[in-house]
Amino acid sequence: MTLRRSTVFISFTALGLAALFVIAADAGLRGRGAAQALAQKRWLVKSLALTDLALFTDARYTRHPAMADLHSPFQDYPISLEHFPSGSLMPPPPHVRTHGRR
Amino acid sequence: MGGVEKQRCIIDFTLSSLLRRKGKNGALLVVYTLVVFLLASVMLFTQAIRKEAAAVLADAPELVVQRIVAGRHDLIPLDYMGKIGAIRGVRAVSGRLWGYYYDPLFGANYTLVVPEEQAGGLGEIAVGQGVARSSMASEGNIMPFHTHDGRLVSLTVARVLPASTELVSSDLILLTAEDFRMLFGVPAGVATDLVVAVANPAEVPTIAAKIARLLPDTRPIARSEILRTYDAAFSWRSGILLAILAGALLAFLIFAWDKATGLSAEERREIGILKAVGWETGDVLAMKFWEGSVISLSAFLAGVVLAYLHVFVAAAPLFEPVLKGWSVLYPRFRLTPSLDFAQLAVLFFLVVVPYAVATIVPAWRAATVDPDAVMRG
Repeated sequence: MTLRRSTVFISFTALGLAALFVIAADAGLRGRGAAQALAQKRWLVKSLALTDLALFTDARYTRHPAMADLHSPFQDYPISLEHFPSGSLMPPPPHVRTHGRR
Repeated sequence: MGGVEKQRCIIDFTLSSLLRRKGKNGALLVVYTLVVFLLASVMLFTQAIRKEAAAVLADAPELVVQRIVAGRHDLIPLDYMGKIGAIRGVRAVSGRLWGYYYDPLFGANYTLVVPEEQAGGLGEIAVGQGVARSSMASEGNIMPFHTHDGRLVSLTVARVLPASTELVSSDLILLTAEDFRMLFGVPAGVATDLVVAVANPAEVPTIAAKIARLLPDTRPIARSEILRTYDAAFSWRSGILLAILAGALLAFLIFAWDKATGLSAEERREIGILKAVGWETGDVLAMKFWEGSVISLSAFLAGVVLAYLHVFVAAAPLFEPVLKGWSVLYPRFRLTPSLDFAQLAVLFFLVVVPYAVATIVPAWRAATVDPDAVMRG
């Protein structure tokens, strides 16, 4: 006996919805499991007085965007082109853009 | 025939009709799934990294004071600590010593930090996992450093920082203040910047304004500004993420527009025949609704599940080349998964609903015309 096409579609949709619930449950479980790792990171940030994530180590202003000085997004001169690919991901911090206007 | 059975029969017919144009609809489904996958991956990644940054940096210094000389961050005299400490509401002021070191041997940039509480002895360092990986160093090994005056000194790796902290410590090297000053030639009376602890967090902006007035060559940076920096950096509105999203959305709009503005001659003839054999306009619209739903719902479910696996199980390998940029050290980290149903709902209404509607409108136009006229074209 061959399956009706609608049965295949309904089964696929049900499977997809079940997968959504499974990933939601997985997110919840893994989130709880990550509490210890988060506590370790927070402890390190507090004890070393860290200000930034170690995501981009290619340039000063991408390694420490929160500490970047006012000219750093332009590095050499105000209309110089961006050197690093991560610069296109990391815009100048808001407090640098609003400097002197708050 | 019951309502449910009727709809199932329409779905059967719709799927047969879709399978008759296997190649076209298969390609459509793949492209659609890719669009959803890309959008959902960006959404899940940015959401998770923003949450992670906010959680991790919640204990960042309340106020950091930098000295600016000729537009650049400069060393700050430690006697500024006394002036800042005298401001009402300031609980404590301490100097931070940190800087960058370029290792020509491995082509990597390290961040050297002096912990406030001495962790190791003179000549000893603690290194992050990224440093240990790139320089192949482990506990007990020595690492060579060039001092500011050209000498070569070796420091012993006493400890490797835990892998769970890699997101904040990958490129760190912790060392003593004496070793730091010896390496970089930083004189005794200065620090890289100052960290100010404030008694009442609500007073931070007032104290920052007082510091800026009292010491005009300084720039105070509050914790809220640090958090806002990361919020802005990984928001939907920024940089390359916007470009990816805009590109994907525009491509999708063109795609949906193309679908909405016309049926193929074959599809029009099919509608005409269905009407001629007794299908009502409502049945034709139901068929077209299911046609749109089968494709868009399948693409949405597959795209979201694949995006979750990509970002949280495989650690976002497709984004790594962009995130990594030119840096030699890149932290290996797994983001804490978070699934925001509100955002998923937005994605659903952005990609599924317009497509389903776009397939109904032209079919409604064709189904309301006389079957004979439709079949004749």
